[in-house]
Amino acid sequence: MIQISNIEKRFGEVTALNKVSLSVPRGELFGLIGPDGAGKTTLFRIISSLMIPDAGEAKVAGLDVVKDYVAIRRLVGYMPGRFSLYQDLSVLENLSFFASIFKTTIDENYDLIRDIYVQIEPFKHRPAGKLSGGMKQKLALCCALVHKPELLILDEPTTGVDAVSRIEFWDILRRLKDLGITIIVSTPYMDEASLCERIALIQEGRLMSIDTPEVVAGSFPHSLFAVKTNNFFLLLNHLREWKEALSAYSFGEYVHFTPGTEQITERAICDFLKEKGHTEIQVNKTKPTVEDSFMSLMLKKQNQNAS
Amino acid sequence: MPASQNKIIVVENLVKKFGNFIANDHLSFDVSKGEIFGFLGANGAGKTTAMKILCGLSHPTSGKVTVAGYDIYTQTEKIKRSIGYMSQKFSLYEDLTVYENFRFYGGIYGLSRSEIHSQTEILLSQLDLSDYKNRVIKTLPLGWKQKLAFSVAIIHKPAIVFLDEPTGGVDPITRRQFWDLIYKNAYQGLTVFITTHYMDEAEYCNRLSIMVDGKIKALDTPAALKNRFGCATMQEVFLELARN
Amino acid sequence: MKAFIKKELFHIFRDYRTMLILFGMPVVQVLIFGYAITNEIKDAKVAILDQSGDVLSSRFVSKLTASGYFEVDRTLDHPSQIEPAFREGRVKQVIVIPSGFGTDFGLQKQVTIQILGDASDPNTANMLKTYTMAILNDFQMQELGKQSLPVDVKVEPLMFYNPELKGVYMFVPGTMAIILMLVSAMMTSISIAREKELGTMEVLLVSPLRPWQIIIGKVIPYVALSFINALLILSLGWFVFGVPIIGSKGFLLIEVLLFIIMSLSLGIFISTISPTQQVAMLLSMFALMLPTILLSGFIFPVENMPTVLQWLSNLMPSRWFIIIVRDIMLKGSGIAYLWKETMIIFGMTLFFIGLSIVNFKLRLD
Repeated sequence: MIQISNIEKRFGEVTALNKVSLSVPRGELFGLIGPDGAGKTTLFRIISSLMIPDAGEAKVAGLDVVKDYVAIRRLVGYMPGRFSLYQDLSVLENLSFFASIFKTTIDENYDLIRDIYVQIEPFKHRPAGKLSGGMKQKLALCCALVHKPELLILDEPTTGVDAVSRIEFWDILRRLKDLGITIIVSTPYMDEASLCERIALIQEGRLMSIDTPEVVAGSFPHSLFAVKTNNFFLLLNHLREWKEALSAYSFGEYVHFTPGTEQITERAICDFLKEKGHTEIQVNKTKPTVEDSFMSLMLKKQNQNAS
Repeated sequence: MPASQNKIIVVENLVKKFGNFIANDHLSFDVSKGEIFGFLGANGAGKTTAMKILCGLSHPTSGKVTVAGYDIYTQTEKIKRSIGYMSQKFSLYEDLTVYENFRFYGGIYGLSRSEIHSQTEILLSQLDLSDYKNRVIKTLPLGWKQKLAFSVAIIHKPAIVFLDEPTGGVDPITRRQFWDLIYKNAYQGLTVFITTHYMDEAEYCNRLSIMVDGKIKALDTPAALKNRFGCATMQEVFLELARN
Repeated sequence: MKAFIKKELFHIFRDYRTMLILFGMPVVQVLIFGYAITNEIKDAKVAILDQSGDVLSSRFVSKLTASGYFEVDRTLDHPSQIEPAFREGRVKQVIVIPSGFGTDFGLQKQVTIQILGDASDPNTANMLKTYTMAILNDFQMQELGKQSLPVDVKVEPLMFYNPELKGVYMFVPGTMAIILMLVSAMMTSISIAREKELGTMEVLLVSPLRPWQIIIGKVIPYVALSFINALLILSLGWFVFGVPIIGSKGFLLIEVLLFIIMSLSLGIFISTISPTQQVAMLLSMFALMLPTILLSGFIFPVENMPTVLQWLSNLMPSRWFIIIVRDIMLKGSGIAYLWKETMIIFGMTLFFIGLSIVNFKLRLD
């Protein structure tokens, strides 16, 4: 569905995208994961034909994003990062407006949006500006879906949305995927990576890794321990100062600790912490997450840049 | 010292109504000095409203609130001097240098030239950014900006700092460095009042309050909350509470 | 397209501030200009130094007062009293009638009547002078019939087409130019820039809508609103101030429509070069409003401007529009006389539409 090769885009001095290549097959739920400013929005704008790349080629459904932009705009549903609906129009007015500019009606594709629309229907006469964050996202999704696009491009749909609404939103995306719609979605939340079929990690305009979330997480090159004691703050400091440490990052109530060598065992860590005066020590080997991988890839790149 | 003197924020039966809509329904909680207090809730649960009241930007409909020992109804000016505020949206002036931003915000709070200078030195060295004092903000990476924004928010040595989703959209390493910064300052006695949508960050708080539909549904340490609801992570606790 | 227009109208009608500006402002402006800052003179205080004191001079004085523009505050006996009279501030003009006025007049000798104005308020002084000369001219005609003119009097065309010298007549075309410019250019440029700022433009761009459809959809509501505004101003002029429309009303409305379309294309052009509402607003204010007010000949006569500003004023669409409206309303001129001005506005319209097409971006870069 999407074929991108060696895309580059610069804004003045800043390189927003640096030789990005990517392909997404039809019907996939694909996640682009990275922090703000990594280049996610620029990449999505190129795919949706809103921007012209400086170099490289991008195709959507076999159509070139530069030459065939008219055709592409018919089959893409695009939801920009910012809340991009008319705040002073009601829910219903927004939806019927977006339906009509795609020369369709709400009724025509109602099947597609029904599941989402029923959740916001009670507020259909309320101005869009007065909806809560989660509701706004659902409305924006309805508007992007109303013309039954083949490809849905969602730029950070869950940013600033609370945990419950986020989960509901991902449920909806999975259902849409089952209907055969190709979805590419970007997010700064690493925990959402596991909800995608395949993901690409993006940082400073470069794709660091593209694969299924399991493979990306599993590519973490070291052993990893989840550590917890009575004093979290001191635990972090002590582990970081330890000569055996490669990295120590907080992960919820645990510290994810990566030793510099594979010889370090649970036992050694335990002894070290006891010596430092910690109590209630828990040390367990743990499976790395996408976030662990992301951080390790980030560090690797920083070290490369430094040397 | 009586226990109440250690309480830096005391809220009793706080109610805030907008017309018929009750945004905050009899909130009662307190925050101790040096505590990291997580203020969670779904969008529209009433967090922002409560935070505005605590910052002295809005008056409650009824209830008793003191912040840093000052009354929210009559001493808002004193409250504003004893708090710092930072949000994802509120940031630094992009076209000023790092030092000019510090000087500006220091000036707002009436710090003397020498105080501004010494505070800037301390805060920048804490971030390892002393060499970047004269760089224009917009040339710096997002993660640095967030950390600088935090430092600017505490330049006048407030007793409490309010952080409204400070880590939204930040990369995972910077996000953790940001929390290191919070920890370091809390350790030195700063009280931190924070909202976030990252549930792993909720675990880093000393205590959490979770708001649902204008009411505080749960308030305890992360461990106790997980215990009470029989959940493995805060994410599950949050979903459990928000869904019912 | 229909949906687009409907949406645009929702935006306009939901925002009561816009509505207030749209429809409140024309009314207020016409009334302000009509009543408060009209240049109309009424009962201006003058002093007469009649050194002649004969029948003819007193007839002239009574003609002066009978006009309604002047009121004789005092009569002076000696030239030395002139300056003290001005100093007091009440007297705006002194008319000195030379001795032997009646005799010389009868002999058809050259007569010089001296008009002294208080130039601390140059506009008023100038205007009083003009009025006095007009009355004097009239007076001569009366007294001498169509004989040769002993006094050198210049007649301003202003008085010819606006015999009662009513200032408000001049303000109706001017106000109309300002309002139409503001509503059309400023409102459209702001509303397009707002879509860019909110990010809705992104969604519109990725839709199959063609750019011209987006633009036409945005513009049509404002054409209608501006037209209603023009009608409002014309009828206010008619009913409140009795401003006549001597020429063809149909032709006037066609010209109004042309000017509206010109302003809209200018507004679209502004929106293509401004990324935010704020920029659009400032551009419209400084690039359109101020020149319209200052350089179009609405307030300051073009003839009195320095040459450079006269050239600049030729670039102001409103300058030509004001001439057109003035001539149709007050002179009853038709296309035969106004084709040049009409062509200029038409050309400007094409120019701005062309520029907008070149500048309108299909993409976000």
